[in-house]
Amino acid sequence: MAQTLSEQVLSSASGRTVYAGELVVVELDRVMTIDSIAPEVIDVLEHELGMEELPYPERCAVFIDHVAPAANVATAEGQVRARRFVKQQGISRFYDSGCGVCHQLMVEEHLVEPGMVAIGSDSHSTTYGAIAAFGTGMGTTDIALAFATGRTWMRVPETVRIDLTGQLPDRVDAKDLTLHLLRDVRADGFTYRAVEFHGVSTLSISSRMTLSSMTTEMGAKAGLSVPDALTRAFAPVPDWLAVQDDAIYLDRRVVNLGAVEPLVARPPRVDDVVPAGSLDDVTVDQVFVGTCTNGRLQDLRAAADILRGRRVAQGVRLLVVPASRAVLQGAVADGTLAVLLDAGAAVGPPGCGPCIGRHLGVLGAGEVCFSTSNRNFSGRMGSPQARIYLGSPQTAAATALRGRITDPRDV
Amino acid sequence: MNRVWLFGDDIDTDQIIPGRYSPYMTSEEELARYAFIEHRPGFAPNVEPGDIIVAGKNFGCGSSREYAPRALLRCGIAAIIAPSFARIFFRNALNLGIPLFEVDLTDQLADGDEVRLDLAASRLHTGRGPIELPRPPAFVEAIQREGGIVAYYQRRGRFPGESNGAH
Repeated sequence: MAQTLSEQVLSSASGRTVYAGELVVVELDRVMTIDSIAPEVIDVLEHELGMEELPYPERCAVFIDHVAPAANVATAEGQVRARRFVKQQGISRFYDSGCGVCHQLMVEEHLVEPGMVAIGSDSHSTTYGAIAAFGTGMGTTDIALAFATGRTWMRVPETVRIDLTGQLPDRVDAKDLTLHLLRDVRADGFTYRAVEFHGVSTLSISSRMTLSSMTTEMGAKAGLSVPDALTRAFAPVPDWLAVQDDAIYLDRRVVNLGAVEPLVARPPRVDDVVPAGSLDDVTVDQVFVGTCTNGRLQDLRAAADILRGRRVAQGVRLLVVPASRAVLQGAVADGTLAVLLDAGAAVGPPGCGPCIGRHLGVLGAGEVCFSTSNRNFSGRMGSPQARIYLGSPQTAAATALRGRITDPRDV
Repeated sequence: MNRVWLFGDDIDTDQIIPGRYSPYMTSEEELARYAFIEHRPGFAPNVEPGDIIVAGKNFGCGSSREYAPRALLRCGIAAIIAPSFARIFFRNALNLGIPLFEVDLTDQLADGDEVRLDLAASRLHTGRGPIELPRPPAFVEAIQREGGIVAYYQRRGRFPGESNGAH
Protein backbone atom coordinates (compact mmCIF):
# COMPACT_ATOMS: atom_id res chain seq x y z
CA MET A 1 0.00 0.00 0.00
CA ALA A 2 1.31 3.44 -0.93
CA GLN A 3 2.77 5.66 1.78
CA THR A 4 3.12 9.36 2.51
CA LEU A 5 6.65 10.76 2.96
CA SER A 6 6.26 10.67 6.76
CA GLU A 7 5.12 7.06 6.65
CA GLN A 8 8.14 6.20 4.48
CA VAL A 9 10.62 7.88 6.82
CA LEU A 10 9.08 6.39 9.96
CA SER A 11 8.99 2.94 8.32
CA SER A 12 12.69 3.20 7.53
CA ALA A 13 13.47 4.33 11.09
CA SER A 14 11.35 1.65 12.76
CA GLY A 15 12.32 -1.24 10.51
CA ARG A 16 8.77 -2.17 9.54
CA THR A 17 6.13 -0.85 7.16
CA VAL A 18 3.91 1.53 9.10
CA TYR A 19 0.91 3.71 8.36
CA ALA A 20 -0.90 6.60 10.01
CA GLY A 21 -2.39 5.79 13.39
CA GLU A 22 0.16 3.14 14.40
CA LEU A 23 2.44 3.52 17.40
CA VAL A 24 6.07 3.12 16.40
CA VAL A 25 9.43 3.14 18.09
CA VAL A 26 12.03 4.74 15.87
CA GLU A 27 15.80 4.75 15.86
CA LEU A 28 16.83 8.39 15.90
CA ASP A 29 19.47 9.73 13.56
CA ARG A 30 19.82 12.83 15.71
CA VAL A 31 18.54 14.11 19.05
CA MET A 32 19.34 17.61 20.15
CA THR A 33 18.87 19.93 23.07
CA ILE A 34 19.57 23.60 23.75
CA ASP A 35 20.99 25.71 26.56
CA SER A 36 17.66 26.55 28.19
CA ILE A 37 16.51 22.92 28.36
CA ALA A 38 19.85 21.06 28.69
CA PRO A 39 20.06 21.42 32.51
CA GLU A 40 16.62 19.82 32.86
CA VAL A 41 17.59 17.04 30.43
CA ILE A 42 20.78 16.40 32.42
CA ASP A 43 18.70 16.29 35.63
CA VAL A 44 16.38 13.63 34.21
CA LEU A 45 19.33 11.62 32.86
CA GLU A 46 21.30 11.75 36.09
CA HIS A 47 18.62 11.75 38.78
CA GLU A 48 15.65 9.93 37.29
CA LEU A 49 17.34 7.53 34.88
CA GLY A 50 20.62 7.12 36.78
CA MET A 51 22.50 7.35 33.49
CA GLU A 52 26.27 7.56 33.68
CA GLU A 53 27.30 7.02 30.09
CA LEU A 54 25.22 7.74 26.99
CA PRO A 55 25.10 4.75 24.61
CA TYR A 56 25.09 6.87 21.42
CA PRO A 57 26.90 10.19 21.99
CA GLU A 58 27.42 10.43 18.20
CA ARG A 59 23.64 10.81 17.71
CA CYS A 60 23.42 13.72 20.15
CA ALA A 61 23.86 17.43 19.56
CA VAL A 62 23.82 20.35 22.01
CA PHE A 63 23.44 24.03 21.15
CA ILE A 64 23.93 27.20 23.20
CA ASP A 65 21.61 29.56 21.34
CA HIS A 66 18.55 30.64 23.33
CA VAL A 67 20.38 32.95 25.74
CA ALA A 68 23.77 33.21 24.10
CA PRO A 69 26.06 34.63 25.36
CA ALA A 70 24.69 34.16 28.89
CA ALA A 71 22.58 37.05 30.19
CA ASN A 72 22.82 36.44 33.93
CA VAL A 73 24.39 34.15 36.53
CA ALA A 74 21.62 31.54 36.35
CA THR A 75 21.93 31.11 32.58
CA ALA A 76 25.75 31.16 32.78
CA GLU A 77 25.65 28.31 35.30
CA GLY A 78 23.21 26.34 33.15
CA GLN A 79 25.63 26.67 30.26
CA VAL A 80 28.56 25.59 32.44
CA ARG A 81 26.61 22.39 33.19
CA ALA A 82 25.88 21.84 29.49
CA ARG A 83 29.57 22.26 28.57
CA ARG A 84 30.66 19.89 31.35
CA PHE A 85 28.04 17.35 30.18
CA VAL A 86 29.11 17.32 26.51
CA LYS A 87 32.74 16.94 27.52
CA GLN A 88 31.98 14.15 29.98
CA GLN A 89 29.81 12.28 27.48
CA GLY A 90 32.05 12.83 24.48
CA ILE A 91 29.39 14.68 22.48
CA SER A 92 31.41 16.20 19.64
CA ARG A 93 28.44 17.98 18.03
CA PHE A 94 28.43 20.87 20.43
CA TYR A 95 27.79 24.44 19.24
CA ASP A 96 28.59 27.15 21.75
CA SER A 97 27.52 30.83 21.93
CA GLY A 98 27.85 32.62 18.63
CA CYS A 99 27.51 29.58 16.34
CA GLY A 100 23.84 30.27 15.72
CA VAL A 101 20.30 28.94 16.12
CA CYS A 102 20.02 25.17 16.64
CA HIS A 103 17.65 24.55 13.71
CA GLN A 104 19.77 26.55 11.28
CA LEU A 105 22.90 24.64 12.34
CA MET A 106 21.17 21.25 12.24
CA VAL A 107 20.64 21.79 8.50
CA GLU A 108 23.72 23.90 7.71
CA GLU A 109 26.06 21.43 9.43
CA HIS A 110 24.29 18.44 7.85
CA LEU A 111 23.31 17.04 11.25
CA VAL A 112 20.07 16.08 9.49
CA GLU A 113 19.77 14.89 5.92
CA PRO A 114 16.89 13.73 3.73
CA GLY A 115 15.03 10.68 5.05
CA MET A 116 16.39 11.00 8.60
CA VAL A 117 14.44 11.28 11.85
CA ALA A 118 15.56 13.97 14.27
CA ILE A 119 13.94 15.26 17.45
CA GLY A 120 14.80 18.36 19.41
CA SER A 121 13.84 20.00 22.67
CA ASP A 122 12.47 22.95 20.75
CA SER A 123 9.12 23.14 19.03
CA HIS A 124 10.51 24.42 15.73
CA SER A 125 12.38 21.16 15.10
CA THR A 126 9.81 20.75 12.31
CA THR A 127 12.27 22.91 10.30
CA TYR A 128 14.14 19.80 9.07
CA GLY A 129 11.15 18.90 6.91
CA ALA A 130 12.60 21.45 4.46
CA ILE A 131 15.15 18.83 3.40
CA ALA A 132 12.64 15.96 3.59
CA ALA A 133 13.70 14.80 7.04
CA PHE A 134 11.13 14.00 9.73
CA GLY A 135 11.82 16.57 12.46
CA THR A 136 9.66 17.19 15.48
CA GLY A 137 9.86 18.93 18.84
CA MET A 138 9.50 17.22 22.19
CA GLY A 139 9.87 18.13 25.86
CA THR A 140 12.58 17.52 28.42
CA THR A 141 11.63 14.00 29.46
CA ASP A 142 11.24 12.67 25.91
CA ILE A 143 14.56 14.20 24.92
CA ALA A 144 16.29 12.76 27.99
CA LEU A 145 14.92 9.29 27.17
CA ALA A 146 16.11 9.73 23.58
CA PHE A 147 19.60 10.69 24.81
CA ALA A 148 19.50 7.61 27.04
CA THR A 149 18.29 5.11 24.42
CA GLY A 150 18.82 6.57 20.93
CA ARG A 151 15.13 5.94 20.31
CA THR A 152 11.72 7.45 20.83
CA TRP A 153 8.11 6.41 20.36
CA MET A 154 5.42 8.23 18.45
CA ARG A 155 2.13 7.81 16.69
CA VAL A 156 2.51 7.88 12.90
CA PRO A 157 0.66 11.05 11.87
CA GLU A 158 -1.99 11.42 9.21
CA THR A 159 -0.77 13.72 6.42
CA VAL A 160 -2.30 16.83 4.91
CA ARG A 161 -1.05 17.48 1.39
CA ILE A 162 -0.58 21.06 0.20
CA ASP A 163 -0.02 21.62 -3.50
CA LEU A 164 1.69 24.89 -4.35
CA THR A 165 1.24 26.28 -7.84
CA GLY A 166 2.81 29.28 -9.56
CA GLN A 167 5.42 31.56 -8.06
CA LEU A 168 5.57 34.08 -5.22
CA PRO A 169 5.38 37.69 -6.49
CA ASP A 170 8.22 40.13 -5.97
CA ARG A 171 8.65 41.21 -2.32
CA VAL A 172 6.36 38.41 -1.14
CA ASP A 173 8.10 35.89 1.08
CA ALA A 174 7.62 32.27 2.14
CA LYS A 175 6.65 33.81 5.50
CA ASP A 176 3.66 35.44 3.81
CA LEU A 177 2.72 32.03 2.43
CA THR A 178 2.77 30.59 5.96
CA LEU A 179 0.57 33.44 7.23
CA HIS A 180 -1.74 32.92 4.25
CA LEU A 181 -2.08 29.28 5.35
CA LEU A 182 -2.47 30.16 9.03
CA ARG A 183 -5.36 32.50 8.28
CA ASP A 184 -7.21 29.48 6.89
CA VAL A 185 -5.89 26.56 8.88
CA ARG A 186 -5.78 28.39 12.25
CA ALA A 187 -3.35 27.73 15.09
CA ASP A 188 -4.66 24.24 15.81
CA GLY A 189 -5.77 23.15 12.34
CA PHE A 190 -2.98 20.63 11.77
CA THR A 191 -2.64 19.33 15.36
CA TYR A 192 -1.03 15.84 15.38
CA ARG A 193 -0.78 15.96 11.54
CA ALA A 194 2.17 15.90 9.18
CA VAL A 195 2.10 18.40 6.35
CA GLU A 196 3.50 17.52 2.92
CA PHE A 197 4.34 20.39 0.57
CA HIS A 198 4.24 19.63 -3.15
CA GLY A 199 5.19 22.06 -5.91
CA VAL A 200 8.07 23.63 -3.97
CA SER A 201 10.48 23.87 -6.92
CA THR A 202 10.41 27.70 -7.00
CA LEU A 203 11.18 27.89 -3.27
CA SER A 204 14.80 27.83 -2.03
CA ILE A 205 15.85 25.54 0.83
CA SER A 206 15.87 28.68 2.98
CA SER A 207 12.22 29.40 2.07
CA ARG A 208 11.31 25.78 2.69
CA MET A 209 12.84 26.08 6.17
CA THR A 210 10.59 29.08 6.84
CA LEU A 211 7.63 27.03 5.67
CA SER A 212 8.47 23.92 7.70
CA SER A 213 9.27 25.93 10.81
CA MET A 214 5.87 27.63 10.72
CA THR A 215 3.93 24.35 10.45
CA THR A 216 4.52 24.18 14.21
CA GLU A 217 2.28 27.25 14.57
CA MET A 218 -0.49 25.25 12.88
CA GLY A 219 -0.07 22.49 15.47
CA ALA A 220 1.69 20.10 13.08
CA LYS A 221 4.05 17.33 14.15
CA ALA A 222 6.17 17.61 11.00
CA GLY A 223 6.18 19.55 7.73
CA LEU A 224 8.03 17.94 4.82
CA SER A 225 8.77 19.36 1.41
CA VAL A 226 8.83 16.81 -1.41
CA PRO A 227 12.52 16.26 -2.24
CA ASP A 228 13.67 17.55 -5.62
CA ALA A 229 16.82 18.65 -7.44
CA LEU A 230 17.50 21.38 -4.84
CA THR A 231 17.23 18.80 -2.05
CA ARG A 232 19.62 16.53 -3.92
CA ALA A 233 22.03 19.41 -4.38
CA PHE A 234 22.03 19.74 -0.59
CA ALA A 235 22.51 16.03 0.20
CA PRO A 236 21.73 12.60 -1.23
CA VAL A 237 18.07 11.58 -1.08
CA PRO A 238 17.49 7.88 -0.29
CA ASP A 239 16.01 5.90 -3.21
CA TRP A 240 13.03 4.82 -1.13
CA LEU A 241 11.97 8.40 -0.39
CA ALA A 242 9.63 9.60 -3.12
CA VAL A 243 6.00 10.61 -3.62
CA GLN A 244 3.76 7.58 -4.05
CA ASP A 245 0.66 8.35 -6.07
CA ASP A 246 -1.88 6.41 -4.06
CA ALA A 247 -0.72 7.51 -0.62
CA ILE A 248 -3.62 8.36 1.66
CA TYR A 249 -3.94 12.01 2.61
CA LEU A 250 -6.35 13.24 5.24
CA ASP A 251 -6.94 16.43 3.30
CA ARG A 252 -5.60 18.23 0.24
CA ARG A 253 -5.29 21.93 -0.34
CA VAL A 254 -4.07 23.96 -3.28
CA VAL A 255 -2.40 27.34 -2.86
CA ASN A 256 -1.68 29.63 -5.79
CA LEU A 257 1.58 31.32 -4.82
CA GLY A 258 0.89 34.15 -7.23
CA ALA A 259 -2.11 35.19 -5.16
CA VAL A 260 -0.18 35.49 -1.89
CA GLU A 261 0.35 39.06 -0.68
CA PRO A 262 2.38 40.62 2.19
CA LEU A 263 0.56 39.62 5.38
CA VAL A 264 0.90 40.31 9.09
CA ALA A 265 -0.23 38.36 12.17
CA ARG A 266 -1.67 40.70 14.81
CA PRO A 267 -0.99 40.15 18.52
CA PRO A 268 -1.55 37.98 20.43
CA ARG A 269 -2.50 35.35 17.84
CA VAL A 270 -0.41 33.83 15.07
CA ASP A 271 -3.58 33.18 13.06
CA ASP A 272 -5.08 36.70 13.28
CA VAL A 273 -3.77 37.55 9.84
CA VAL A 274 -4.46 40.71 7.80
CA PRO A 275 -2.85 42.39 4.78
CA ALA A 276 0.26 44.40 5.72
CA GLY A 277 -1.20 47.38 3.91
CA SER A 278 -4.19 47.50 6.27
CA LEU A 279 -2.06 48.27 9.33
CA ASP A 280 -0.45 51.59 8.38
CA ASP A 281 -1.87 53.19 11.53
CA VAL A 282 0.33 50.92 13.67
CA THR A 283 3.58 52.67 14.64
CA VAL A 284 6.49 50.54 15.84
CA ASP A 285 9.34 50.99 18.32
CA GLN A 286 11.44 47.98 17.38
CA VAL A 287 11.88 45.91 14.24
CA PHE A 288 13.52 42.50 14.62
CA VAL A 289 14.92 40.54 11.68
CA GLY A 290 16.18 37.10 12.66
CA THR A 291 15.31 33.66 14.16
CA CYS A 292 15.10 30.10 12.85
CA THR A 293 12.09 31.21 10.83
CA ASN A 294 13.56 34.22 8.97
CA GLY A 295 17.18 34.86 9.96
CA ARG A 296 19.03 33.40 6.97
CA LEU A 297 21.16 35.17 4.36
CA GLN A 298 18.22 35.23 1.94
CA ASP A 299 16.18 37.04 4.60
CA LEU A 300 18.91 39.56 5.43
CA ARG A 301 19.39 40.24 1.71
CA ALA A 302 15.64 40.73 1.21
CA ALA A 303 15.65 43.32 4.01
CA ALA A 304 18.83 44.97 2.71
CA ASP A 305 17.42 45.30 -0.82
CA ILE A 306 14.67 47.50 0.58
CA LEU A 307 16.91 49.44 2.99
CA ARG A 308 19.76 50.05 0.52
CA GLY A 309 20.87 53.67 0.63
CA ARG A 310 18.17 54.64 3.14
CA ARG A 311 17.87 55.08 6.91
CA VAL A 312 15.31 53.62 9.29
CA ALA A 313 12.72 56.09 10.60
CA GLN A 314 13.56 58.31 13.56
CA GLY A 315 12.80 56.51 16.83
CA VAL A 316 12.80 53.01 15.32
CA ARG A 317 15.32 50.46 16.57
CA LEU A 318 16.23 47.90 13.91
CA LEU A 319 17.74 44.69 15.33
CA VAL A 320 19.29 42.15 13.00
CA VAL A 321 20.35 38.78 14.42
CA PRO A 322 21.82 36.35 11.86
CA ALA A 323 20.70 32.73 12.30
CA SER A 324 24.28 31.46 12.19
CA ARG A 325 27.91 32.49 11.93
CA ALA A 326 27.91 31.36 8.28
CA VAL A 327 24.92 33.63 7.62
CA LEU A 328 26.78 36.53 9.22
CA GLN A 329 29.93 35.74 7.22
CA GLY A 330 27.86 35.61 4.04
CA ALA A 331 26.30 38.96 4.87
CA VAL A 332 29.74 40.45 5.46
CA ALA A 333 31.13 39.00 2.23
CA ASP A 334 28.38 40.19 -0.10
CA GLY A 335 27.93 43.63 1.43
CA THR A 336 24.50 42.93 2.95
CA LEU A 337 25.74 43.71 6.43
CA ALA A 338 27.17 47.08 5.35
CA VAL A 339 23.80 48.03 3.82
CA LEU A 340 21.99 47.10 7.05
CA LEU A 341 24.49 48.99 9.22
CA ASP A 342 24.30 52.05 6.96
CA ALA A 343 20.53 51.95 7.38
CA GLY A 344 20.95 52.10 11.16
CA ALA A 345 20.69 48.45 12.20
CA ALA A 346 22.11 47.06 15.42
CA VAL A 347 23.53 43.60 14.76
CA GLY A 348 23.45 40.92 17.46
CA PRO A 349 25.48 37.72 17.88
CA PRO A 350 24.13 34.75 15.88
CA GLY A 351 21.50 32.92 17.94
CA CYS A 352 17.85 33.25 18.92
CA GLY A 353 18.14 36.94 19.82
CA PRO A 354 15.12 38.53 21.53
CA CYS A 355 12.58 36.03 20.11
CA ILE A 356 11.95 34.46 23.53
CA GLY A 357 12.17 37.70 25.50
CA ARG A 358 15.13 36.79 27.66
CA HIS A 359 17.79 39.19 26.44
CA LEU A 360 19.06 41.38 23.59
CA GLY A 361 15.92 43.40 22.86
CA VAL A 362 13.32 42.71 25.56
CA LEU A 363 10.21 44.89 25.18
CA GLY A 364 8.77 47.24 27.79
CA ALA A 365 5.09 47.91 28.53
CA GLY A 366 3.35 49.70 25.66
CA GLU A 367 6.10 49.01 23.13
CA VAL A 368 5.34 47.64 19.68
CA CYS A 369 7.66 45.30 17.83
CA PHE A 370 7.49 44.10 14.25
CA SER A 371 9.23 40.74 14.13
CA THR A 372 10.17 38.13 11.53
CA SER A 373 9.94 35.46 14.26
CA ASN A 374 7.18 32.91 14.73
CA ARG A 375 5.19 33.87 17.84
CA ASN A 376 3.38 37.00 18.96
CA PHE A 377 1.93 35.71 22.23
CA SER A 378 1.47 38.14 25.13
CA GLY A 379 4.67 38.36 27.13
CA ARG A 380 6.66 36.45 24.53
CA MET A 381 9.32 39.15 24.08
CA GLY A 382 9.05 40.86 27.44
CA SER A 383 6.24 42.85 29.01
CA PRO A 384 2.76 41.33 28.54
CA GLN A 385 1.73 44.89 27.67
CA ALA A 386 4.07 44.94 24.67
CA ARG A 387 2.62 44.05 21.26
CA ILE A 388 4.30 41.88 18.61
CA TYR A 389 3.33 41.85 14.91
CA LEU A 390 4.72 39.04 12.75
CA GLY A 391 5.65 39.23 9.09
CA SER A 392 8.33 38.82 6.44
CA PRO A 393 11.82 40.38 6.32
CA GLN A 394 10.62 42.51 3.40
CA THR A 395 7.68 43.88 5.41
CA ALA A 396 10.01 44.34 8.40
CA ALA A 397 12.40 46.46 6.31
CA ALA A 398 9.59 48.59 4.86
CA THR A 399 8.14 49.01 8.35
CA ALA A 400 11.52 50.10 9.74
CA LEU A 401 11.82 52.70 6.96
CA ARG A 402 8.42 54.25 7.57
CA GLY A 403 8.14 53.67 11.34
CA ARG A 404 4.73 52.10 10.84
CA ILE A 405 3.61 48.79 9.37
CA THR A 406 4.08 49.06 5.62
CA ASP A 407 3.46 46.87 2.59
CA PRO A 408 6.97 46.34 1.14
CA ARG A 409 5.61 46.95 -2.37
CA ASP A 410 4.85 50.54 -1.33
CA VAL A 411 8.41 51.68 -0.62
CA MET B 1 -13.85 19.41 47.34
CA ASN B 2 -11.64 21.14 44.84
CA ARG B 3 -12.23 24.02 42.54
CA VAL B 4 -12.40 24.50 38.81
CA TRP B 5 -10.07 27.00 37.16
CA LEU B 6 -11.69 27.92 33.86
CA PHE B 7 -9.61 29.09 30.88
CA GLY B 8 -10.41 29.98 27.26
CA ASP B 9 -9.18 28.66 23.90
CA ASP B 10 -5.54 28.53 22.74
CA ILE B 11 -3.87 28.96 26.13
CA ASP B 12 -0.21 29.06 25.07
CA THR B 13 2.84 28.05 27.08
CA ASP B 14 3.93 31.70 27.35
CA GLN B 15 0.66 32.32 29.22
CA ILE B 16 1.18 29.27 31.43
CA ILE B 17 4.70 30.44 32.24
CA PRO B 18 6.69 33.05 30.30
CA GLY B 19 10.21 32.04 29.23
CA ARG B 20 11.67 34.69 31.52
CA TYR B 21 10.50 32.65 34.53
CA SER B 22 11.96 29.35 33.32
CA PRO B 23 14.07 27.35 35.79
CA TYR B 24 16.99 28.35 33.53
CA MET B 25 16.40 32.03 34.31
CA THR B 26 15.27 31.62 37.94
CA SER B 27 15.17 28.35 39.88
CA GLU B 28 13.25 25.09 39.89
CA GLU B 29 11.98 25.71 43.43
CA GLU B 30 10.13 28.85 42.39
CA LEU B 31 8.37 27.25 39.44
CA ALA B 32 4.91 26.91 41.04
CA ARG B 33 4.88 30.61 41.95
CA TYR B 34 5.09 31.61 38.29
CA ALA B 35 2.19 29.58 36.89
CA PHE B 36 -0.01 32.01 34.91
CA ILE B 37 1.91 34.87 36.58
CA GLU B 38 0.97 37.40 33.91
CA HIS B 39 -2.09 35.86 32.30
CA ARG B 40 -3.87 35.25 35.60
CA PRO B 41 -1.96 36.55 38.64
CA GLY B 42 -4.61 35.23 41.08
CA PHE B 43 -3.94 31.61 40.09
CA ALA B 44 -0.64 30.69 41.77
CA PRO B 45 -1.38 32.22 45.21
CA ASN B 46 -4.83 30.59 45.42
CA VAL B 47 -4.57 27.24 43.65
CA GLU B 48 -4.90 24.20 45.96
CA PRO B 49 -3.63 20.67 45.41
CA GLY B 50 -6.39 18.66 43.73
CA ASP B 51 -7.83 21.60 41.78
CA ILE B 52 -8.53 21.03 38.11
CA ILE B 53 -8.16 23.15 34.98
CA VAL B 54 -11.05 23.24 32.52
CA ALA B 55 -10.11 24.97 29.27
CA GLY B 56 -11.08 25.54 25.65
CA LYS B 57 -9.43 24.06 22.58
CA ASN B 58 -5.70 23.78 21.79
CA PHE B 59 -4.55 24.03 25.41
CA GLY B 60 -0.75 24.35 25.76
CA CYS B 61 0.11 25.50 22.25
CA GLY B 62 3.49 27.10 21.56
CA SER B 63 6.87 26.22 22.99
CA SER B 64 8.08 22.72 23.89
CA ARG B 65 8.89 23.90 27.43
CA GLU B 66 8.11 21.04 29.78
CA TYR B 67 8.34 23.40 32.74
CA ALA B 68 4.89 24.66 31.72
CA PRO B 69 3.09 21.44 32.69
CA ARG B 70 5.68 20.96 35.48
CA ALA B 71 4.67 24.30 36.99
CA LEU B 72 1.04 23.11 36.97
CA LEU B 73 2.08 19.77 38.49
CA ARG B 74 3.94 21.59 41.24
CA CYS B 75 0.77 23.61 41.92
CA GLY B 76 -0.97 20.29 42.53
CA ILE B 77 -3.28 20.40 39.50
CA ALA B 78 -5.04 17.01 39.49
CA ALA B 79 -6.25 17.01 35.87
CA ILE B 80 -6.65 19.19 32.81
CA ILE B 81 -9.86 18.89 30.81
CA ALA B 82 -10.04 20.47 27.34
CA PRO B 83 -11.55 19.57 23.97
CA SER B 84 -8.04 19.43 22.45
CA PHE B 85 -4.42 19.81 23.49
CA ALA B 86 -1.39 20.99 21.53
CA ARG B 87 0.71 17.91 20.78
CA ILE B 88 3.93 18.70 22.63
CA PHE B 89 2.03 19.83 25.72
CA PHE B 90 -0.04 16.64 25.61
CA ARG B 91 3.09 14.50 25.50
CA ASN B 92 4.86 16.50 28.20
CA ALA B 93 1.88 16.31 30.57
CA LEU B 94 1.46 12.62 29.86
CA ASN B 95 5.17 12.02 30.49
CA LEU B 96 4.88 13.79 33.85
CA GLY B 97 1.80 11.78 34.79
CA ILE B 98 -0.74 14.64 34.71
CA PRO B 99 -4.17 13.23 33.77
CA LEU B 100 -5.63 14.85 30.66
CA PHE B 101 -9.17 14.41 29.41
CA GLU B 102 -10.20 15.44 25.89
CA VAL B 103 -13.73 16.80 26.28
CA ASP B 104 -15.27 20.27 26.22
CA LEU B 105 -16.75 21.13 29.63
CA THR B 106 -16.42 24.89 29.30
CA ASP B 107 -20.20 25.24 28.90
CA GLN B 108 -21.01 22.92 31.77
CA LEU B 109 -18.70 24.26 34.45
CA ALA B 110 -17.99 27.74 35.73
CA ASP B 111 -14.83 29.19 37.18
CA GLY B 112 -14.75 28.48 40.92
CA ASP B 113 -17.20 25.55 40.76
CA GLU B 114 -16.65 22.95 43.46
CA VAL B 115 -15.87 19.52 42.03
CA ARG B 116 -14.35 16.20 43.05
CA LEU B 117 -12.39 14.11 40.58
CA ASP B 118 -12.64 10.32 40.79
CA LEU B 119 -9.68 9.43 38.62
CA ALA B 120 -10.10 5.66 38.83
CA ALA B 121 -13.66 5.91 37.53
CA SER B 122 -12.93 8.79 35.06
CA ARG B 123 -15.75 10.71 36.70
CA LEU B 124 -16.09 14.30 37.82
CA HIS B 125 -18.56 14.94 40.65
CA THR B 126 -20.11 18.39 40.43
CA GLY B 127 -22.86 20.27 42.24
CA ARG B 128 -25.19 19.33 39.39
CA GLY B 129 -24.38 15.64 39.33
CA PRO B 130 -21.55 13.52 37.98
CA ILE B 131 -19.92 13.98 34.56
CA GLU B 132 -18.40 10.92 32.86
CA LEU B 133 -15.01 11.75 31.37
CA PRO B 134 -13.86 10.01 28.18
CA ARG B 135 -11.25 7.36 28.91
CA PRO B 136 -7.97 7.97 27.10
CA PRO B 137 -6.49 5.36 24.68
CA ALA B 138 -5.03 2.26 26.38
CA PHE B 139 -1.37 3.27 25.93
CA VAL B 140 -2.07 6.69 27.44
CA GLU B 141 -3.82 5.10 30.41
CA ALA B 142 -0.90 2.71 30.86
CA ILE B 143 1.57 5.61 31.07
CA GLN B 144 -0.73 7.49 33.44
CA ARG B 145 -1.07 4.40 35.65
CA GLU B 146 2.71 4.21 36.00
CA GLY B 147 2.84 7.88 36.93
CA GLY B 148 4.72 9.01 33.82
CA ILE B 149 6.94 7.82 31.00
CA VAL B 150 10.17 7.45 33.01
CA ALA B 151 8.53 5.05 35.47
CA TYR B 152 6.83 3.28 32.54
CA TYR B 153 10.12 2.81 30.72
CA GLN B 154 12.02 1.77 33.81
CA ARG B 155 9.43 -0.84 34.81
CA ARG B 156 8.96 -2.32 31.37
CA GLY B 157 12.30 -1.64 29.72
CA ARG B 158 10.52 -0.51 26.56
CA PHE B 159 8.51 2.29 25.04
CA PRO B 160 4.80 2.28 24.20
CA GLY B 161 4.41 0.58 20.82
CA GLU B 162 7.53 -1.55 21.34
CA SER B 163 7.09 -5.29 21.70
CA ASN B 164 8.56 -7.22 24.61
CA GLY B 165 12.22 -7.98 24.35
CA ALA B 166 12.91 -5.57 21.50
CA HIS B 167 16.43 -4.18 21.65
